[in-house]
Amino acid sequence: MQRVGVFVCHCGSNIAATVDVKKVAEMALMEPGVVHAEDYQYMCSEAGQAKIAEAIKEKQLTGIVVCSCSPRMHETTFRKAAERAGLNPYMVEIANIREHCSWIHKDMEEATKKAVILMRAAVAKVNLNTPLQPGESRVTKRALIIGGGIAGIQTALDIADAGYEVDIVEKTPSIGGRMSQLDKTFPTLDCSACILTPKMVEAAAHEKIKIYTYSEVEKVSGFVGDFTVDIRKKARSVDMDKCTGCGVCQEKCPSKKAPSEFNRGLNTRSAIYTPFAQAIPNVPVIDRENCIKFKTGKCGVCAKVCQAGAIDYEQKDEIITEKYGAIVVATGFDVIKLDNYDEYAYSQSKDVITSLELERIMNAAGPTKGHLERLSDGKAPKEMVFIQCVGSRCADDRGKSYCSKICCMYTAKHAMLIRDKYPDVNVTVFYIDVRTPGKNFDEFYRRAVEQYGVHYIKGQVGKVIPQPNGKLLVQGSDLLDNRQILKEADMVVLAAAIEPNPDVRKIATMLTASIDTNNFLTEAHAKLRPVESPTAGIFLSGVCQGPKDIPETVAQAGAAAVKAIGLLAKDKLMTNPCTAKPDELLCNGCSTCANVCPYGAITYEEKEVNDHGIRETRRLAMVNSALCQGCGACTVACPSGAMDLQGFSNRQIIAEVDAICR
Amino acid sequence: MQEIINRAKELLANKTVARVLGWKAGDLPYNPEPAYFETEESLKDFVYNGFCGANLSKYMIEASKMEGKTMVCLKPCDTYSFNQLIKEHRVDREKAYIVGVGCKGKLDIEKIRKQGIKGIQSIKGAELTDDAEVLNMETLYGEKICDWKDAMLERCHVCKGKEHQIYDELIGESKDTKDADRFDEVKRIEAMSPEEKFAFFQKELSKCIRCNACRNVCPACSCRKCVFDSNKFDSSQKANADSFEEKMFHIIRAFHVAGRCTDCGECSRVCPQGIPLHLFNRKFIKDIDELYGEYQAGADTTSLAPLTSYTFEDAEPGIVGERG
Repeated sequence: MQRVGVFVCHCGSNIAATVDVKKVAEMALMEPGVVHAEDYQYMCSEAGQAKIAEAIKEKQLTGIVVCSCSPRMHETTFRKAAERAGLNPYMVEIANIREHCSWIHKDMEEATKKAVILMRAAVAKVNLNTPLQPGESRVTKRALIIGGGIAGIQTALDIADAGYEVDIVEKTPSIGGRMSQLDKTFPTLDCSACILTPKMVEAAAHEKIKIYTYSEVEKVSGFVGDFTVDIRKKARSVDMDKCTGCGVCQEKCPSKKAPSEFNRGLNTRSAIYTPFAQAIPNVPVIDRENCIKFKTGKCGVCAKVCQAGAIDYEQKDEIITEKYGAIVVATGFDVIKLDNYDEYAYSQSKDVITSLELERIMNAAGPTKGHLERLSDGKAPKEMVFIQCVGSRCADDRGKSYCSKICCMYTAKHAMLIRDKYPDVNVTVFYIDVRTPGKNFDEFYRRAVEQYGVHYIKGQVGKVIPQPNGKLLVQGSDLLDNRQILKEADMVVLAAAIEPNPDVRKIATMLTASIDTNNFLTEAHAKLRPVESPTAGIFLSGVCQGPKDIPETVAQAGAAAVKAIGLLAKDKLMTNPCTAKPDELLCNGCSTCANVCPYGAITYEEKEVNDHGIRETRRLAMVNSALCQGCGACTVACPSGAMDLQGFSNRQIIAEVDAICR
Repeated sequence: MQEIINRAKELLANKTVARVLGWKAGDLPYNPEPAYFETEESLKDFVYNGFCGANLSKYMIEASKMEGKTMVCLKPCDTYSFNQLIKEHRVDREKAYIVGVGCKGKLDIEKIRKQGIKGIQSIKGAELTDDAEVLNMETLYGEKICDWKDAMLERCHVCKGKEHQIYDELIGESKDTKDADRFDEVKRIEAMSPEEKFAFFQKELSKCIRCNACRNVCPACSCRKCVFDSNKFDSSQKANADSFEEKMFHIIRAFHVAGRCTDCGECSRVCPQGIPLHLFNRKFIKDIDELYGEYQAGADTTSLAPLTSYTFEDAEPGIVGERG
């Protein structure tokens, strides 16, 4: 029989205001095995931990239950405290009476009743706990960055500067990401390319950084410190070693009708292309869907004009398998599709554009060479209307519930740049709120209003109606003046919401990293661990975790790098001893467990067993405890109940359920 | 039948196989039972007729451990079970010499009895070589006639087809006897209100006497030690503690075989209380088909099973939850 101690934490008033903590401690003494119970204001404090240590020694406790916050918060704290007092750390159980109880209940009586039940379940479990010993696993000293935008580049540079190998996998033909599409950046109005391209070059030239562009992560196996990743290097149809980047192939390519992804489809590009002039690597790819050679078998102009002989129509996708200790997700964002917002006439008029499209129009390397003009007739606009929060802060399911965070600032930037360059253009901004927290942000917005005379109207636009004369009739409301507004505009710019790159779902699934309902990756703790995924060894950089501007992205990218470096700096990791263990006499050898194991930790062996006097050779499941992550998939899949999870055995779980149902 | 016996004798004589797994006549004309035959002489008791419904695949688990090969007679639908057992490493393909025997639908004595035919002394028309149209029976009360279709097992009305999925050789002709939709009854129950469903299963499962026949005959229930027989799990005692837990036995069993059940129908065939146990399994099969795409357990020995593999196209847990 165990000698169990129960420690009930007040968590200040977090728990004690809703749960009668004294009652919980009192009731604990009536549970089987419990020889000690006490409550204290802050169990996690030094004094609280000392109480635990003292009780372990004095009452010769063999197991303890701490009724406190989520085990994700302080399980490690209490395990370490128990270990220092001479108890095996796996003899500690946490009853979560804060997140699961006090925080979600108002009625003290009810909450206390539930807290007692949670305590009982934990006591029932600890009564069946056995001491466990962790093993060790190695750390591969190389990091993988998924996504080559500013977030990925910054994380890669920081990790590489610390002396570790870094690989960047980028889906498109060049690194640079969204930032490379921007013209100017707020709040300083410096040119985006001028600050990004040096970083791109630095990453490409860094001896510790390897960049796989036009590549995608295909498969991830393993675990923290020891991931194995398959990277698909898509066939570029151009030999990267031979290509000199002269660009003749792109000039001569007769197929020039493919919409340019980089210019958001506002103009076209050749079938063999680099997305933009400063692309890294400066090696084009052949878009096989639009290439005449691939479509008809005839053409081959690029191969003829290529002096270096770099064109290779036979090139095939290549799978590279590499090991990594840490993985950083930096998959970024895209703007939402505007199908649900037809009232703004985006699909009906060429002169209704998104802000990212305006960014390309304003850029000297863009489709209009930087001239602000209507895409319908090339005329210079005189009246421009910006509409904020298109799909952001949306109450229904047409758009996103969250604030995209960057739109207020980039709209102020656009308005200011237009007023500066074309003082005759009248600029009106319709907004719900102007949100400008951030260093020098509100000053920036005030400048747009006060110095540049941008008209800000608090109110939403209901409809944009293309007129026969080519103008756009904007119907909106001015909430401060309480009047309806009808305004003729030459161009309308929509601040479309941003959303995580759609590929992130697939990547999150591969990494077993969790995502929220908006497809943003979830952090391990919203406040205290914002750059780590709950999945060990996976780190988050940039907008994949939530909307961010460039300075925030760069800061988070650095933070993610530090966390990854902290992991890579270790030679060995302690492994979780809560691994699966098969019962030889019950195992059928049916392979069901091996089929469901995501870590490839289960193999089979022909082994002689003595089953109550019957000696025979049987096919039996064997678990490699270094590979097993204790996910428990095998224990539920095993039809005969032969597989069990140490520390979370079927008996322990049933005992908990029984205690709850008692 | 004679052709099978002749072939069995040959295989025993030339030592290709050490024994034959088939059926021998019972004490009545309609209750043959599975049997091993180790000598040519013993084959005089061998029978194969319309009443040989028993699926012999599961016996091959035991036979795989014996010395030498076993000639096993498998009907087309039995071969699905055999494949599934290969997939689960429970039988040894090398230890089996599979004679795929023809099948024109198997008969259910209970259905004949329900037509008021009793005291049967002999039956004509149930041999493999017969055309499987009509049965002529001599009974204590005179001659009786019964249409084959009216005497067929439920599972034969939803026949999986006349093709053997695995075999070494084929003897005899087969016929596809499907004339009903496999999921009709499941759909009817799905349409019931929760109260009606509960009442339906309450009524059916309350007949259970826990004889374990369904479990013992089931080729998917091939665990060395069933969780209901093991003292390692609390389930062993719970299953017969009260009338509700009694029902849990069947529900847990259905969960344990989900995704592996080939719908061979043996559970319902052997139930002495006539409980339509196959409905549980079919509900799972229907759900799996709808959520993960059509899947027939035992159609081959290598494909990934929907419940133990993962693809990006899999239904999200929320969708599975909504469907209940």
